[in-house]
Amino acid sequence: MQLTDLYRDVILDHNRRPRNFGPLEPADATAEGVNPLCGDRLTLRLKLAQDRIEEIRFEGQGCAISTASASLMTEAVKGKSREQAMELFDRVHRLLTDDAADADDAERLGKLAALSGVREYPARVKCASLCWHTLVSALKSPGALETPISTE
Amino acid sequence: MNNTARAIPRNFDVAAVRREFPVLARTVHGKPLCYLDNGASAQRPRAVIDAVDEYERRHHANIHRGVHTLSQEATALYEGARDKVVRFINARSRHEIVFLRGTTEAINLVAQSYGRPTLRVGDEVLITHLEHHANIVPWQMLCEQTGARLVVAPIDERGEVHADAVERLMSERTRILAFAHISNALGTVLPVRRLTAAARARGIVTVIDGAQAIAHTPVDVQELGCDFYAFSGHKMFAPTGIGVLYGREALLERMPPWQGGGDMILTVSFGKTVYNALPHKFEAGTPNISGVVGLGAAIDFLHSLDLGAAHAHEHALLDHASAALGAIAGLRIIGTAAHKSSLISFVLEGVHPHDLGTILDGDGIAIRTGHHCAMPVVEFFKVPATARATFAFYNTFEEIERLAEATARARALIAPDGPR
Repeated sequence: MQLTDLYRDVILDHNRRPRNFGPLEPADATAEGVNPLCGDRLTLRLKLAQDRIEEIRFEGQGCAISTASASLMTEAVKGKSREQAMELFDRVHRLLTDDAADADDAERLGKLAALSGVREYPARVKCASLCWHTLVSALKSPGALETPISTE
Repeated sequence: MNNTARAIPRNFDVAAVRREFPVLARTVHGKPLCYLDNGASAQRPRAVIDAVDEYERRHHANIHRGVHTLSQEATALYEGARDKVVRFINARSRHEIVFLRGTTEAINLVAQSYGRPTLRVGDEVLITHLEHHANIVPWQMLCEQTGARLVVAPIDERGEVHADAVERLMSERTRILAFAHISNALGTVLPVRRLTAAARARGIVTVIDGAQAIAHTPVDVQELGCDFYAFSGHKMFAPTGIGVLYGREALLERMPPWQGGGDMILTVSFGKTVYNALPHKFEAGTPNISGVVGLGAAIDFLHSLDLGAAHAHEHALLDHASAALGAIAGLRIIGTAAHKSSLISFVLEGVHPHDLGTILDGDGIAIRTGHHCAMPVVEFFKVPATARATFAFYNTFEEIERLAEATARARALIAPDGPR
């Protein structure tokens, strides 16, 4: 287990300079993710053009893994259809949790593959997956829910 | 006690004490374990491990029941441990010591068995802002059940509780004052004697959460002047799942049983059940016998040390850690009370506590990260979470240097030029 597998340069960079970070008004869909034990908290806002994610931004605070994961996710899903985004969610989920996820799969994920180091740190999987579960919630129920999404 | 000198008290041999704790010899990720999460749970000395092992191998049977040899041996070990607790905290009698699962269960028992029949609509329960959730939620539940009101005494920016501020909140309607002896999130030592004296003068019942104090400061319940004192075995080098509620006999006597079942009765018929005497009235069902045996062994182990010297060593560790961590750029210590226990909570600019926790673990260093089950405290200091190192007498100055060095390296990795 090497810390540099977890804190790869891509992760460190996206933590220090998160992309698509800030408010988005008006938004067509909003969802909130909170992991109270960690203190991770993010709000995700989307603009949708028919079925396509035209714009996506996030705000909040969290650890390097959750911040970088959210930043990478916004880059990856911008311009994608709902269906493509859900497909990506499934693949990222496998990447984070399934030891058998193959290298080809990781390759196809591009920059997102940098998150694969999380697999060796079971306590941190919830940090990386919070933004993705929040995205699914935003796509499925565009109004902010009363209870935020949590992966704890 | 607040000497900043690095000298370890001569009569305290840390290396010898460490040899009594088998786990301290292991490695984590190839590095010697540096265990600084004692506030969450302390490690077990050989004496405790062996006592539990011996009990399981030779003496296990149910207690207070059989006439056979094993049952008598198990009963003697169980009740013998109760006598040890009596002496350890200077209770007046065995009737005042109730064995429970831990501090949380003990506080819940007081809330439900003392509070619920006593409190009326408009009565008040007074707590402080620095409490652990276990000393907040049972009182909120009680207030919901009885129509009483929860009143919260403030802390200041150093994490201090001022006795006069608490006193000002004591009203005609205050029935219960519940507070931590030592804060688990900040390390603050509360002014216990002043608070209990002020409460006693007004007829307010006092409940002390002693979870963080029991292993780190002498506890004499008569001298502290409290009505109830709760603590957990696993924070004082005993197994998990065993804890103690001390209660003044006159109060325990008046309180109804909390749970019904075997062992808490004298006679049962469908018409009427007669409850057992103290403390058995509050110990329904087969208890955690091996846990109690381990707790007794932990007390014997503590008595075998020079506890004054052990506590002085912990204070020296705290002073050293405050200086070493305080010197790291961007590090802010959360909780800077004048009287602190060997616990240091901090945040590091640009580095989330969870990243720090993971990075330190890579170096074999175990600390706690998060809100420490005291969310109102982290909210008060406007931080999402903190990192917390808690020291026991088996920790060393070298371990603190490892902590400081690895913390500085974490900052260099995650936030090389300060916060984003």
